[in-house]
Amino acid sequence: MSSTAILGNTEEKIQEVTSVTVRFAGDSGDGMQLTGTQFTNTAALLGNDISTLPDFPAEIRAPQGSLPGVSGFQVNFSSMDIRTPGDEPDVLVAMNPAALKVNLPDLHEGGILIVNENEFIKANLDKAGYTSNPLTDGSLKGYRLISIPITDLTYNALADVEMTKRNKERCKNFFALGIVFALFDRPLEPTYRWIEQKFGAKPEIAEANRRTLKAGFDYADTTEIFTTHYRVRKASLPPGKYRKITGNEAAALGFVAAAELAERPLFYGSYPITPASDILHELSRLKNFGVKSFQAEDEIAAMGAAIGAAFAGHIGLTGTSGPGVCLKSEAIGLAVMTELPVVIVNVQRGGPSTGLPTKTEQSDLLQALYGRNGECPVAVVAPSSPSDCFNMAVEAVRLAVTFMTPVFYLSDGYIANGAEPWKVPQLSELPAMKQVLRQDPTGFLPYERDEQTLSRPWAVPGTPGLEHRIGGLEKQHRTGNVSYDPANHDFMVRLRAEKIARIANVIPDLAVEGDPEGDLLILGWGGTYGAIATATEELRRQGYRVSNAHLRYLNPFPRNLGDVLKRFKRVAVAELNLGQLNLLIRGMFLVDSVSINKVAGKPFKISELIARCKALL
Amino acid sequence: MTELLKLAGASETPLNLQRTDFISDQEVRWCPGCGDYSILFQVQSVLPKLNIPRENLVFVSGIGCSSRFPYYMNTYGFHTIHGRAPTIATGIKVANPDLSVWVITGDGDGLSIGGNHFIHVMRRNLDVNVLLFNNRIYGLTKGQYSPTSEFGKKTKSSPMGSIERPINPLCMAIASEATFVARSIDVDTKHLAATIERAARHKGVSFVEIYQNCNIFNDGAYKPISDKEVRADNMLYLEHGKPMIFGKDRNKGIRLNGIKPEVVTLGENGVTADDLLVHDENAEDPTLAYLLTQMNFPEFPVPMGVFRNVFKPTFEELTAQQLEVAQARGRGSLEKLLNSGDTWVIE
Repeated sequence: MSSTAILGNTEEKIQEVTSVTVRFAGDSGDGMQLTGTQFTNTAALLGNDISTLPDFPAEIRAPQGSLPGVSGFQVNFSSMDIRTPGDEPDVLVAMNPAALKVNLPDLHEGGILIVNENEFIKANLDKAGYTSNPLTDGSLKGYRLISIPITDLTYNALADVEMTKRNKERCKNFFALGIVFALFDRPLEPTYRWIEQKFGAKPEIAEANRRTLKAGFDYADTTEIFTTHYRVRKASLPPGKYRKITGNEAAALGFVAAAELAERPLFYGSYPITPASDILHELSRLKNFGVKSFQAEDEIAAMGAAIGAAFAGHIGLTGTSGPGVCLKSEAIGLAVMTELPVVIVNVQRGGPSTGLPTKTEQSDLLQALYGRNGECPVAVVAPSSPSDCFNMAVEAVRLAVTFMTPVFYLSDGYIANGAEPWKVPQLSELPAMKQVLRQDPTGFLPYERDEQTLSRPWAVPGTPGLEHRIGGLEKQHRTGNVSYDPANHDFMVRLRAEKIARIANVIPDLAVEGDPEGDLLILGWGGTYGAIATATEELRRQGYRVSNAHLRYLNPFPRNLGDVLKRFKRVAVAELNLGQLNLLIRGMFLVDSVSINKVAGKPFKISELIARCKALL
Repeated sequence: MTELLKLAGASETPLNLQRTDFISDQEVRWCPGCGDYSILFQVQSVLPKLNIPRENLVFVSGIGCSSRFPYYMNTYGFHTIHGRAPTIATGIKVANPDLSVWVITGDGDGLSIGGNHFIHVMRRNLDVNVLLFNNRIYGLTKGQYSPTSEFGKKTKSSPMGSIERPINPLCMAIASEATFVARSIDVDTKHLAATIERAARHKGVSFVEIYQNCNIFNDGAYKPISDKEVRADNMLYLEHGKPMIFGKDRNKGIRLNGIKPEVVTLGENGVTADDLLVHDENAEDPTLAYLLTQMNFPEFPVPMGVFRNVFKPTFEELTAQQLEVAQARGRGSLEKLLNSGDTWVIE
């Protein structure tokens, strides 16, 4: 907790702090994601900058009380501009021994530790692998331990409510939430509103949740378990209207916005997969925008249907995660050959194979660039933060329709599920991309090229005079007829590559944060932006000549990338894989860059990036 | 009833199209004598009757000999990847329900690598016409056994005989809730044309298994039933509402014995036409249609024609309906959407 001032009087101390990280942890069935989300929503509405990290197991309900069943939600809220959910929590709420065991190593020394002591019984301690009770054996003396019988107090609060014991117990996460609200002097109204919306039809459940929340708040307030309360003021973000948004929500909005801008209908074919399914859920609700969502029988069908829809004049979109991309790969090759505007969303997760479905990673970059048979180039973009998911979704569609090409959109589990404030854009700020379908049959050839973009005409079935046949066999230049001619194949392979290369003409240059030259450049891409930017900013504050640059366009690269790299004595590429971007940088620019890697299913911490950078300076 | 519905993509004014209007400028490259020629000819002959302008027709195929079909049609066409034609057709049809969409596939493409999509395009009842060319062999890869090859079939990849039991495409279609299921054969051109036309006029998914001879790798696979001399005895032409009678002398029929069909001779043991099974292609219950798929040569004559023809709402209609309901109070506003949820203002 970084503090700026101490206010208050002797009776009730209120300490003003700039930035706080809270982690809620409990069993997968304890509602920790919901609790964290409610706390985040309130912080956002109060005008704090926020950044979140949900961290949950792949199992829906792992055995109760077990270590693999622990679910956590971390939120960093601040009066400053922040870009990450925080390295280590200042406050940890642990609803059972397993949650304590898994999360305690991350808690700051001296940090506030709130535990539900009712759960610290022998059976649960055994499941978590404790041989003695940490609440009483003195092992937690380095923390400000606040042990509360949350379950009992929840029952008490609901003593006169007609409800099963099981249902009463399920309210206990709101008791914990009430406690944390009290600690940070937060209002309950936003959560009351949410309860009303969610449980309006079930008044007894709504009432129980309201009461428990209030009971938790009052308990913390009146028992003076906290000698100090903390206050985090509004953040000084650029003026404008804001809303809290996750990366997957932003992506869905971005694709809908792009379709409106292109004035073409949006088709979304998808097969449910973690962590991409929320895009399917969001787009399925937006039928009033004419979005056609299709839950396919498998990943291949989802891709095939997107291609078919693109052939018929829709923006063909499919969304998945790495294993799904493997299945789609052959069809992506077909979309390259037939030059149709499709966007493939890959919300990356830990791999290989099924890997770590709910954890984040950036290990599908080379798959996106090269994971197909033949010379099969596609454009690749990668959002850098939850809110940037909106921008890059719009960009992906713009490139797809302008160049008649498949475009990969590489998000990751961290930014897809993470939330931050999003400054709602004005429609006038969004790029123009209105598409005109080919209508005129005069001189029509299906593989004729636009001189600038090398794109072929979008000629859709239903248009008289443009009847033509396309397919996966090599195309003769201009006519699109099947051709096995060696010289034509060589020409077409180069032409498809050149078309993608020309995308560099319509994307922004790479921006450098910090001095344009110096001792070290940290190059990153995708969802690692927040940690890299914060780490390098801190290093600059400490006097180091470190800059950072972040790639949101991975194929082609921005035109000035080579120049940027040359201006630094050293270049380090930070990424959550074993050096995939670094391989490209070294191979394409002959730069002796080094890798800063992590493949732990977790995002970079600011502190570890700072340490790794210092080792290079 | 189903056939009175407007055909997707059809024009209301007569177009006077000819068969030759549907011939593309590409040279047909099937082996001389291939059964595919006959199917191509019959499709091109039937299309003028449907009065669908060429621009509203899309032929989608997968991989295999049959899948070269779209190149030879002067319409829109998409030669896709192995087994996936139904998925691409789904995207096309959902995007634009006013197109007449055809899927051309084979026994390998449709039932082996594409088996999953086959099931799902049927159960969704997408209004597309699926023509499956069944030659019981892999042709384009030069002669390996296919999922419809008979048990014990000796091929390059099964020198001691195939140890896989063949799949019955019509059973799969019926089990997948297909609303129109039929069978025809390349050499019986009149029957083939009539069956294709009926399939095209059916609103909803139409599945036609077409027995097709591969004269290079599996020549004569259907000879025992299709030869002119034996055809009448070895095929049963299904006619809706009519008793199942076959044979050169029209004196044999199919009777139900318990839950099993049996071949009987009219006039023997007091059997009359009244004892015979009467074909009902419109039966909602698929039991009869399924029973017919189980009649295999040589115990039975091979049924030809329409096995099942029922009416259900189509996938693309239901998709469009949901969009209409969602937009009943006007199309969504992007501005409102972006500004939805809890928002706050920073001055």
